[in-house]
Amino acid sequence: MRFFRFWWDFVVGDDWLAAAGVVVGLAATAAAGVWWILPPVVALVLAVSLRRAAR
Amino acid sequence: MVEALTIVLASGLTRGWRSSLTGVGAATVALAAVVAGLGPALTVVPIDDLRLVVGALLLTFGLQWLRKAILRASGLKARHDEEAVFAQELRDAETAPREEHAGLDWYGFTLSFKGVFLEGLEVAFIVLTFGSTQGSIPLAAVGAAAAVVLVALVGVAARAPLARVPENAMKFAVGVMLTTFGIFWSAEGAGARWPGGDAALLAVLGFVVLWSAALVAALRRRRVAVAAA
Repeated sequence: MRFFRFWWDFVVGDDWLAAAGVVVGLAATAAAGVWWILPPVVALVLAVSLRRAAR
Repeated sequence: MVEALTIVLASGLTRGWRSSLTGVGAATVALAAVVAGLGPALTVVPIDDLRLVVGALLLTFGLQWLRKAILRASGLKARHDEEAVFAQELRDAETAPREEHAGLDWYGFTLSFKGVFLEGLEVAFIVLTFGSTQGSIPLAAVGAAAAVVLVALVGVAARAPLARVPENAMKFAVGVMLTTFGIFWSAEGAGARWPGGDAALLAVLGFVVLWSAALVAALRRRRVAVAAA
């Protein structure tokens, strides 16, 4: 359990929504095959993550 | 690496250098084993699959760094105070009970081992991801080793934690780079093609830098507004 906890913290960190947002952005990119989806998704994910942290 | 140096210095000064440096050596061997074990395995993965997985990992990793750096730059999170961390590590190491295994002070050994291994795992991860997608893990490992040697030399010369290093600026830059490469590679791995090929990397970099700067400015304004209210 501690092993999985360590890797979860290492890769996902303290905001799982950011990691989930990345997965959603990549899934949309793979489905549409276009480059312009991921940058705005990442920008939105970062802004939302910071807003949650700043509360 | 700066954090690892702080831990090793605190351990060496209070628990003795032999145990601490043995811990550093054991952690270095363990990290080299991680790179040597995973490196060849990564080279047999198809490049698009590798870029998708590596890019996604870099992106989640980079966003973690960038998020913390932006919060620190905007004043919403305390900056990492290496001198305070050093003083705390010294206090903890001085009061910990002495327990010997194989002629080594176990606290000093494990403190140094964990400090170097856990901090070094981030470096090993970056070496593996950048090295594998560019087809040269040894070159990436040499670059990382050079950085480790440089930090160690400066630490030995100063014999104090590197408190004057602009740590948040460095972490900001690392976060920007990891996020940029993460966006670029993961989108390619997912099947997208960037206009202008590799040159698009510069545009992605500019986008990440400008957006991060805008977020820092917005959070600073918000902090000032909240403080004034």
